Amino acid sequence: MSIVEHLPALQVAVPLIAAPLCAMMLRPSIAWPFAVLASWITFAISVALMDQVLSHGTITYNMGGWSPPWGISYVIDPLNALLLLLVSGMAAIIMPGVRLGIGVEVTFRAQRLFFTVALLSLTGMLGIVITGDAFNLYVFLEISSLSSYALVAMGSDRRASKAAFNYLIQGTIGATFILIGIGLVYMMTGTLNMADMANRLTDLHGSATVQAAFAFILVGAGIKFAMFPAHAWMPNAYTYAPSLVSAFFGATATKVGAYILIRFIYDVFGAEFAFDEMHVGWVLIPLGLAGAFVGSLVAIWQDDLKRMLAYSSVAQIGYVAAAIGLGNHDGLIAAIVHVFNHGLMKGALFLVTACVILRLGRADMTSFRGLGKRMPVTMGCFVVAGLSMIGVPFTVGFISKWYLILGALDADMWPVAVLIVMSSLLSIIYIWRVVEVAYFNDPPDDVKVTEAPAMLLVPTLILTVLCIAFGVATKITVGVAGLAANSLGVYP
Amino acid sequence: MIEVLTYITEHAVQWGAVVLLMLGLYIVMTRGNLIKKVIGLNIFQTAVFLLYISIGYVLDGAAPIVLEGAERYSNPLPHVLILTAIVVSVATTSLALALIVRIQEAYGSIEEDEILEHGET
Repeated sequence: MSIVEHLPALQVAVPLIAAPLCAMMLRPSIAWPFAVLASWITFAISVALMDQVLSHGTITYNMGGWSPPWGISYVIDPLNALLLLLVSGMAAIIMPGVRLGIGVEVTFRAQRLFFTVALLSLTGMLGIVITGDAFNLYVFLEISSLSSYALVAMGSDRRASKAAFNYLIQGTIGATFILIGIGLVYMMTGTLNMADMANRLTDLHGSATVQAAFAFILVGAGIKFAMFPAHAWMPNAYTYAPSLVSAFFGATATKVGAYILIRFIYDVFGAEFAFDEMHVGWVLIPLGLAGAFVGSLVAIWQDDLKRMLAYSSVAQIGYVAAAIGLGNHDGLIAAIVHVFNHGLMKGALFLVTACVILRLGRADMTSFRGLGKRMPVTMGCFVVAGLSMIGVPFTVGFISKWYLILGALDADMWPVAVLIVMSSLLSIIYIWRVVEVAYFNDPPDDVKVTEAPAMLLVPTLILTVLCIAFGVATKITVGVAGLAANSLGVYP
Repeated sequence: MIEVLTYITEHAVQWGAVVLLMLGLYIVMTRGNLIKKVIGLNIFQTAVFLLYISIGYVLDGAAPIVLEGAERYSNPLPHVLILTAIVVSVATTSLALALIVRIQEAYGSIEEDEILEHGET
């Protein structure tokens, strides 16, 4: 048995074991390099897994050698592999900057525990994505959620505790809804293995219990996904969390919710059941578009940049929800690619906020005055990632919106395509507001600000460059998303 | 009328779970006191435990341990699942209570309207 065969287990085990070790290290200066190393190893494993999936097809790993449906199996298909790459990649890029970023926001005493909780959160997200067992998914969901609440509460503002508490209440309700749904499916099928569930559910169409289970999971995942109108926990949680936590969550946490939605709709319950029997498209498309408009409109009026970005996430999640609801090949590609691409751009934008907060201590509109001259690289990153958010050609945002519109036209829903373009125009306004303040206002004389330190600037630059790289070379994202759509049984 | 009553009594456990579920959710949504919210959340989760345990029940089934003369056993799997869920629920409750302590320290109150009143800074 070589180590390569055990990569799926190591993917989750490495951060899980590293987390308590971090807690034992008394100084943050030791815990930090250790956490960085753990996140880099995790990322390397994701890359290796992606390589294996692309060359040999879907990997099935049986935990402890117990074959499914008795044991827990980890199943990695192109969809999982791409999400693993996103989550661990974000952790690997952001973790090196954490030391500086949290230095101003988290008390010294809590810093080493910060790394512990961050690694646990990473473990949970990776576990949700990699597992092929429905109950295991719930357990990992709770691991990631509980650590997320703790991370949000570490913000320096006293409102962080209240935001974390609201997040906890709503997150727990969402997770419990998923638990009810899984229980109802177990009641009908007698299995917890997702592939086995999918097989047995094909004979159970028309059962009210299965329909109820589907509804519970849809609502539960919708809350975790921060899908409009269940997004109430997100703006406060992202605003008051430490900036780097916002960057990591903005890029990954809601994406994992999208994964749960895609996995259950297309794989476990099956597209036929979800679309022909439950008409899930009629739930996801209107709510998704409503979210896109409401999120963008509210974002325009925000003064705090973090809050603005959080509402912009509500809008972007709306696009993903609508894309999932289209139910055709291009739509599903758009959903998967946008999950990945939005992770890149939102990560970059939140990192810009982290740079500004590190230098100025706040990130409201007035603090951006003249930053185009004072912090040229940081603001350059903001402009590029912002253009990507709008969907300008040669950026990642353009690719996902392109497929989204193709999907809408393919489904004969041209009004949907029109509404998507219209709501994209709204994002020009909120991005422009920041650009205008930063480049066309003179910097205040009394504040001397210099460029952000390299430890934070380099991660921001990497994500910004990726925003363009994946917008030009789409083979990895769109190619893998196409494979993922095929493996979920949605063909062109 | 009789049919309705038999329908309810035949699914007494499930109805119990539904009632608890709604009660818990109602408390979480309507109470302003944060401790009461946590209590509501616990009732809400307990309802799900009840639902799961009821899945494992087998008519005339014995406890799932080796017993003299037992022919049928209850399904132990839901019990094990719920043990995990109970642990999660305990962790959630303790984290929520810890956050409430911090909110009390920061705002001097755990009533939601009072927190909102002088909480905008």
